[in-house]
Amino acid sequence: MNPMNLTNRSPSRTWWKTAIGLLLTAVMLFPVYWMLNVSFTPERDMRKSPPDLFPAQGTLDGYRRVLDEQLPYLATSLVIGLGTVALTVALAAPAGYALAKLRPRGGGILNFVLLAAQMIPGIIMAMGFYAIYLSLGLLQSVPGLIVADSTLAVPFAVLIFTAFMSGIPGELLQAAKTDGAGPLRTFWSVVLPMSRNAVVTVSLFAFLWSWSDFVFAGTLVNGGAHEPITLGIYHYIGNNNQEWNAIMATAVVASLPAAVILVLAQRYVAAGVTAGAVKD
Amino acid sequence: MSHTTQVPHRRPVPEPSGAAATAPPPARRRPTSQQWAAWAFLAPVTLYLALFYAYPLYRNIDLSLRDYTVRSFVQGDAPFTGLENYRTVLDDPTFVPALLHTVVFTAVCLVFQYAIGLALAVFFNQHFRLSATLRALFLVPWLLPLIVSASTWSWMLNSDSGVVNALLSAVGVGPVNWLTSPSWSLTSVIIANIWIGVPFNLVVLYSGLQSIPASLYEAAALDGANAWQRFWRVTFPLLRPVSAITLLLGLVYTLKVFDIIWIMTKGGPADSSTTFATWSYQLGFGNLLPAFGPGAAVGNLLVVAALVFGLIYVRVQRKQALS
Repeated sequence: MNPMNLTNRSPSRTWWKTAIGLLLTAVMLFPVYWMLNVSFTPERDMRKSPPDLFPAQGTLDGYRRVLDEQLPYLATSLVIGLGTVALTVALAAPAGYALAKLRPRGGGILNFVLLAAQMIPGIIMAMGFYAIYLSLGLLQSVPGLIVADSTLAVPFAVLIFTAFMSGIPGELLQAAKTDGAGPLRTFWSVVLPMSRNAVVTVSLFAFLWSWSDFVFAGTLVNGGAHEPITLGIYHYIGNNNQEWNAIMATAVVASLPAAVILVLAQRYVAAGVTAGAVKD
Repeated sequence: MSHTTQVPHRRPVPEPSGAAATAPPPARRRPTSQQWAAWAFLAPVTLYLALFYAYPLYRNIDLSLRDYTVRSFVQGDAPFTGLENYRTVLDDPTFVPALLHTVVFTAVCLVFQYAIGLALAVFFNQHFRLSATLRALFLVPWLLPLIVSASTWSWMLNSDSGVVNALLSAVGVGPVNWLTSPSWSLTSVIIANIWIGVPFNLVVLYSGLQSIPASLYEAAALDGANAWQRFWRVTFPLLRPVSAITLLLGLVYTLKVFDIIWIMTKGGPADSSTTFATWSYQLGFGNLLPAFGPGAAVGNLLVVAALVFGLIYVRVQRKQALS
């Protein structure tokens, strides 16, 4: 009986597992559905008890408010996200190459420091950055926030690059060397092009983390001219306690990068989560 | 800085190494030049770590050892007071509740995230239609910005108009003041944080399950072990290394959870969901009169706790890598 179960994988015998799987997924994703539902709920129905489980008389008012009020925040988040990606890859890819292929003395210590750096709570970093930026006059500046956000991703990125580049065959690098390529040339023309998957994984996570960052944004650019979308939502919650369709519509829009990444690049995400099991 | 000046040094290297590829003797010379190259590639990230990790950490320690006011914060002439801020924090009536909440929050979140994550991983490790798609969908809570999850949960747990209370009243349970009652606020943030943490546990434990050879299960099944026995005798023991890593990382990351709690309850009402992370922020930024010194002191206690568990994590990981 049991061995049969293990070997027999015909769809007809596992449909009930699919059913349970669907049910579990539905339960897990209910909050996401609820966010969508509330984002379409008209103002007058917001306090209805019990609430409508489906926005039958849905409205796009919330999304209209997003278009009217949140576009600058979204643009800022986009700039900050792209800046963080560029900075992270530029710092981490060479470091990963060195740690994976050049066997630097003291590389182990650096690896250890990178691991330890990930353990430091974000608010502690934020407080330190606040003190430094205050004296440098970098508070409420976009480059300042990009640098702070990159600290979320750089240690993780070095780990990913190191793990990935270790897999590049040594013969290939030796061949490049024989052809007269120096380390810089080897890195730029051989290692980096071969590490495309690692670059994609790192970029995805760096973008996602800086897009989602609330701690650094809240401490370093709060009240400034350029605030990211996380602060846009936070101000909404603070100011308009009643207009939950606008808040949830903004939340839906702010979730779009995560959705796009999940659809287009799911295998990179799973690879990133498990590679070294690092996560912030 | 230093990495740009080192680039020329590496230029002459390729010439002799053209011969190095064929004959072994020059290989002995390679390490020094390779060391230069290696550290040239590492220079940016090293400088970065010093500037943006070490220095903020140092500033934070400095903050915690001085008596800062808003004025002296700007002027930078705060008097050195030694461990005075730490004494203030320890004597504060918030200290004991904050410590207790941090421990409860971390422990409860870890247990549930791990248990649910493991159950789901075992379930999805079976072969059925849509298994991979549904497993991917489980990643959604983990990918969403924390402010999105936190504000969604806030509205779902709203006392009057929240869907959770509506569902409860449908089964005859009276309304619960999830976020506004001191006896429920900690539970509420724990629920939200478990929801966010399950996907991480699921993905890591699932990858651990994948590495257990199917032949072991088949052998156990042939020996007459039922599903329950197969889990406890085969899966669970073989998953122990992955479990240890998952739990330790979860511990470090749960200790520093801030966003969820701050957005949902701001640590309230009446400090009933205050943890070290929110308390530190509250002291430093949450009041009209910021107490940077004590805020930094609380933060440093948190850093010490996180680093202790972090070191244990590194040890465990290294041991596993060796074995």
